[in-house]
Amino acid sequence: MTLTDLANPTKFLALTARILPGLAGVTVILLAIGLYQSAMAPDDYQQGATVKIMFIHVPNAWLSMFVWGVMSVAALGTLVWRHPLADVAAKAAAPIGAAFTFLALVTGSLWGRPMWGTYWEWDARLTSVLILFLMYLGLMALWRAVEDPSRAARAAAVLTLVGAINIPIIKFSVDWWNTLHQPASVFRAGGPTLDKAFLWPLLVMAIAFSLLFITLHLAAMRNEILRRRVRSLQMMQASRVSFTSETGGGSQATASNEIGAA
Amino acid sequence: MALGPYASFIVTSYALVAAVVLLLIVWIIADYRRQQARLREIEASGVTRRSGRSAADTR
Repeated sequence: MTLTDLANPTKFLALTARILPGLAGVTVILLAIGLYQSAMAPDDYQQGATVKIMFIHVPNAWLSMFVWGVMSVAALGTLVWRHPLADVAAKAAAPIGAAFTFLALVTGSLWGRPMWGTYWEWDARLTSVLILFLMYLGLMALWRAVEDPSRAARAAAVLTLVGAINIPIIKFSVDWWNTLHQPASVFRAGGPTLDKAFLWPLLVMAIAFSLLFITLHLAAMRNEILRRRVRSLQMMQASRVSFTSETGGGSQATASNEIGAA
Repeated sequence: MALGPYASFIVTSYALVAAVVLLLIVWIIADYRRQQARLREIEASGVTRRSGRSAADTR
């Protein structure tokens, strides 16, 4: 199945129906393994048991940026390639990305209180992630404010691409500015600085959360396609009622009862 | 597994992540059921797709 085949919503729905149960199963298994490894990981010599917060904070922080990346590719799909499912993908990803960003901020804050002595610091990393969270909320509001999905899609795509400038700012904020937040310790030149006892649970949890995102995203895309079918059929229904009242009821054109795939 | 003096911060973090993820899952499942029900309702009123297939059919 190619990307062109997936442009057909009916084929996409058939694909999601096939793969979602398996994907959800693998996600649950990996989450269980990751949680077990996190529970069994030793205490850090400086952070103590508080290091366990990192196993959920870091995957959420990675995904907060990754989801915006997915939305940026989808935005290109909307504006450049006009792929029929691109805006569906972007709209479905926004609330999930917002949830991951919220969790990254709150778990980071809960780690910061015992380790830094403060829940919040207006440093470059924390502030840029807060801006990312607000941009997710802004995008969701935009989608709701414009009734026509295709018009909303173009406006949201432009906003998404403009907002993508924040992703490298978040990533390199710890290198460009003097921040309280520690620099990268996994994806860095020279390899990870983490001990394997912490690196493995972290990587398993990161893969598990990534699969969780893919599962939720596919399910949310399926919902969005169905929502658009509802909208199309409702418009059809409304035009039928209007046609009937104009012609005084009676026979209606059978063809007007039908509508193509949303 | 001893969580030390900051156990409340660790437990709150994990509980919050579990709650938000569960909320997302429940919201997505509820939304799916709501859309399916609305499609069946509209189709029951006689409005159908050009293909003749049920709009609620996802297979």
